[in-house]
Amino acid sequence: MTVSAPARPLEQAAPGPAPKPAKSNAVLEVDDLRVHYVTRFGHKIQAVDGVTFSLKQGEILGIAGESGCGKTTLVSGCMGLYIPPLFHTSGDVRIDGKSIVGMTLEQNRKEVLGQKIAMIPQGALNSLNPTRKIKDMAADMILSHDESADKKSINDRLRERFTRIGLDADHVLNSYPVELPAGTKQRCVIGISTLLNPKVVVADEPTSALDVSTQKAVIKLLFELMDQEIISSMLFITHELPLLRHVSSSIAVMYAGQFVEYGTTEQVIFEGRQPYSRALMGSMLSAEPGQKSRKPVAIEGAPPKLDKPIPGCRFAERCPVAQPDCKTTEQVLRVVAGRQVRCKYADTEVIEQVGGGL
Amino acid sequence: MTETLKFQAKNISRVFGHGKKAVTAVDNVTFEIKDREIISLVGQSGCGKTVLAKMLLRLETPTSGELLFNGKPITATGDPRNHWRQVQAVFQDPFSCFNQFFTIRSQLKASFRLFETKPSPGEIEERVDQALLAVNIKPKEVEGKYPFELSGGQMQRMLLARIFILKPQVLIADEPTSMVDACSRASILDYLLKLKEELSMTIVFVTHDIGLAYYISDSLYIMHKGKIVDRGAPDDVIKHPTSDVTKQLLEDIPDVHRQWIARDTPPVHAAE
Repeated sequence: MTVSAPARPLEQAAPGPAPKPAKSNAVLEVDDLRVHYVTRFGHKIQAVDGVTFSLKQGEILGIAGESGCGKTTLVSGCMGLYIPPLFHTSGDVRIDGKSIVGMTLEQNRKEVLGQKIAMIPQGALNSLNPTRKIKDMAADMILSHDESADKKSINDRLRERFTRIGLDADHVLNSYPVELPAGTKQRCVIGISTLLNPKVVVADEPTSALDVSTQKAVIKLLFELMDQEIISSMLFITHELPLLRHVSSSIAVMYAGQFVEYGTTEQVIFEGRQPYSRALMGSMLSAEPGQKSRKPVAIEGAPPKLDKPIPGCRFAERCPVAQPDCKTTEQVLRVVAGRQVRCKYADTEVIEQVGGGL
Repeated sequence: MTETLKFQAKNISRVFGHGKKAVTAVDNVTFEIKDREIISLVGQSGCGKTVLAKMLLRLETPTSGELLFNGKPITATGDPRNHWRQVQAVFQDPFSCFNQFFTIRSQLKASFRLFETKPSPGEIEERVDQALLAVNIKPKEVEGKYPFELSGGQMQRMLLARIFILKPQVLIADEPTSMVDACSRASILDYLLKLKEELSMTIVFVTHDIGLAYYISDSLYIMHKGKIVDRGAPDDVIKHPTSDVTKQLLEDIPDVHRQWIARDTPPVHAAE
């Protein structure tokens, strides 16, 4: 049990306080990003509302929250995939110090996607074209960034990479997706996504359709890719907090388009200071003997609709310890006990009535 | 003796294909399901748990062996509705269980067609309302709504509302929580427990997550490659697993209190 692992200083980090920390080793910087959808009736829905974070070389940031919290919208925004009805409102996204916000989709596809930031999609099993062989789909990835590549070099490259991620390259590359088992398909998708050694990999619930044993194999593969320095840092999106405990080094809990708690994994999982992240933890189940007495409590209701501005705390409607003034006063992110929290009562004992860790 | 047994399987097997390409999905399995108990079938994908559940539902027939329901063998011929009045199912993907083109309420009302004698229209409305309230949804919330307008968790509760209407003796729940948000999972399990307590239902819970199975069930069956490799009360199975498969399944759960995957490189933390 390695609960109290202290925050280790970065090896690459320069000794002493750097004058401009943003320049030093942040791979992805998101600065007060706001992103909205426009419905077919012309309503504006602010799906991501003021998110700020930065991702360092070698860091894995977990983003947790239930469905409809804006997790997937946030990463679309981070990747510059502003495809209508999704639009950029304000704020900046920088990858390797270069802003990607003003780019056209075509430019973005050519220069950023796949090379600097790549995505492992949700439901990866269904994201392969059933009528094409794996090698053709993988070759597309290389050809779209380097049109001059010839067939032989592509083949060698694919074979080398697929062998490296533990697949029987000759068999897998010449197969159609239906011929492969779920775990292998998932490996192929990861292999294709990371073909161009992207700086940041966005894993959007990569394991939600898999059983526990395959899930473990997939996470192991992602770790291997990081250890071999094929990918350098990762955004890991999930609604399973216990999984993040093992995967990520820091966690951001998202609710209604905003971060409500952002700190290290130990802080958020074991001593959360925000009612929503505590309730999220309290709704989880585990298979330890003796856990049967601990009753998991589901969070009732659904996240609020974001077409109109919400005056007070966004979680107040569902919060079990909501105070009378929660619905009227706007909550801001502030630092409590070493992490960022969006709750007025984060430093009081009221919070401890909710949920509780496993 | 046999009165308390709902299902009784004697050496049942299910083989798909024949000759060289034959695949044995369920391999010579023997088990009993008692009245008013929740049993869980746990195993990895492709271990045969869904095929076994389908055989209980009369959607598949065993190629060999004998399967008894309430002491009588399940026959492959005859009106299947006689069987489905007593054995019902909840599936993994609630959206594929409902027709996209009809309102949810009309589809819940249509489930009364399964009964031999249909109640009066007034009674149907009333019983649909009751069923919706049983799964904690106000009837007004879903009035005139279509399946795509609700979330996955809500739709899964609609499937459970159907069960509250039909009141079968046995419910086969095939991975009812895998499409549901992690934080609504607990509520789905609560409704299953409620079905057992209020309607004294027998529940067969099929899952790959041994943690869920441990929480809900009275007895556990661990399956691997078509065979039942471990069985017994949940506490016994979890504390003293006898087979390697069970040990592996327990180890693969990302539990917060122990190490899951050993890594050489230390994690990098965001400096505050």
